[in-house]
Amino acid sequence: MSGVRVLVGTKKGAFILTADGKRKDWSVSGPHFAGWEIYHMKGSPADPNRIYVSQSSGWFGQVLPRSDDGGKTWTTVGNKFTYDGVAGTHAWYDGSPHPWEFKRVWHLEPSLGDADTVYAGVEDAAMFRSTDGGQNWEELSGLRKHGTGPKWQPGAGGLCLHTILIDPTNPKRIFIAISAAGAFRTTDGGETWTPINRGLHSQYIPDPTAEVGHCVHRLAMHRSRPNTLFMQKHWDVMRTDNAGDQWTEISGNLPTDFGFVIDVNTNEPETVYVVPIKSDSEHYVHDGKLRVFRSKTGGNEWEPLTKGLPQKDCYVNVLRDAMCVDALDPCGVYFGTSGGQVYGSPDGGDSWSPIVRDLPAVLSVEVQTLS
Amino acid sequence: MIRVVLPPPLRLIAHTGTEITVEVHGPVTQRSVLDAVEQRYPMLRGTLRDHDTQRRRPLVRFFACEEDLSSEPPDALLPEPVAAGKEPLLVIGAIAGG
Repeated sequence: MSGVRVLVGTKKGAFILTADGKRKDWSVSGPHFAGWEIYHMKGSPADPNRIYVSQSSGWFGQVLPRSDDGGKTWTTVGNKFTYDGVAGTHAWYDGSPHPWEFKRVWHLEPSLGDADTVYAGVEDAAMFRSTDGGQNWEELSGLRKHGTGPKWQPGAGGLCLHTILIDPTNPKRIFIAISAAGAFRTTDGGETWTPINRGLHSQYIPDPTAEVGHCVHRLAMHRSRPNTLFMQKHWDVMRTDNAGDQWTEISGNLPTDFGFVIDVNTNEPETVYVVPIKSDSEHYVHDGKLRVFRSKTGGNEWEPLTKGLPQKDCYVNVLRDAMCVDALDPCGVYFGTSGGQVYGSPDGGDSWSPIVRDLPAVLSVEVQTLS
Repeated sequence: MIRVVLPPPLRLIAHTGTEITVEVHGPVTQRSVLDAVEQRYPMLRGTLRDHDTQRRRPLVRFFACEEDLSSEPPDALLPEPVAAGKEPLLVIGAIAGG
């Protein structure tokens, strides 16, 4: 029978939530890596027993555990992330040059076809690749050095590369996003990169339509339509249907179009989920109500999903890597909050229930669909 | 044998108890002790000092014999009781943050 394994990264450790295909009764293991920040953990599509984890701390830096048995045991692999050549500078908050310095891994994206190949998005923003299961890392420096790198500035959370989407039909085409630089695309496996931010409008930067400088919070793709991407920007929800050459706004009737997460229903490529957040200075949900908004029309027309979610006195945030969808039918949707709750919906968002309520603040949620 | 006390987060990833012992050949210094620790516990590389520069991480401190040795040069000799295995080198995560 099929089942799911939800990988939850928190401010103080990792938790693994498992259930069968009904997604009703859950078991919880953890905390793994107790006390450490777990920015992200993700399983390999090529080998679900292979799980990569970003484990870090302000005191002791970056560590990178890997499991080869579905999270039962862990081996520490390579944590040396060295920028290629002379690292150079990016722009600091005040616009002055600031040296590129590695701080942590925000996102790990295993290859779709090879369990030993994995990409890492890091702060300060750069993309690394390992082809030996995480033991050794090499920067794909064409991204940082393509020309606009010195203009990139950190967002409030740091200069982080947080999203990596691999085109299922062409693994050499990869989309990434950086706060606060924008979205970028490679078509040659990471050697060369192009900014893809045309159509974005960010009124908080000197040139609102600049080639780079946009605070993109998250990108999402449906695997059957790799030319269509959805974006939750600092403000604005956007989509492109030509692989990022041009974006259009689809915020429509959302109560606020600030937010972090965005994802697409596995079985319905025009069904999109966001969690609107009140504002960039008030990082909690709007009106004290935890509502996922769903569009079944690819944007613009959004409906609030509230069944099973708190609808008063709720002031949590949902961070950019903290929503995911499983591959079952109906599609399961999961998200975690800054209040330590992980909610799941086994019916595409129609109804929700907390899988766990009282974890440390949730940084990331990923799900593996197991056969 | 040189005795080293690791902070709890590093015991977790090195799968050790409170105190470890390492063998050091030659002068007993911060550098030679940390080299020996990283040799025996390679998963600790990068957690105490930078991979490339070998500089101590800012929030890692070294104490022994009731002295803060954190700012000592890495090749300075550690106190004799540490070299003799009578006192441990304490690795401390600075009291900061949450």
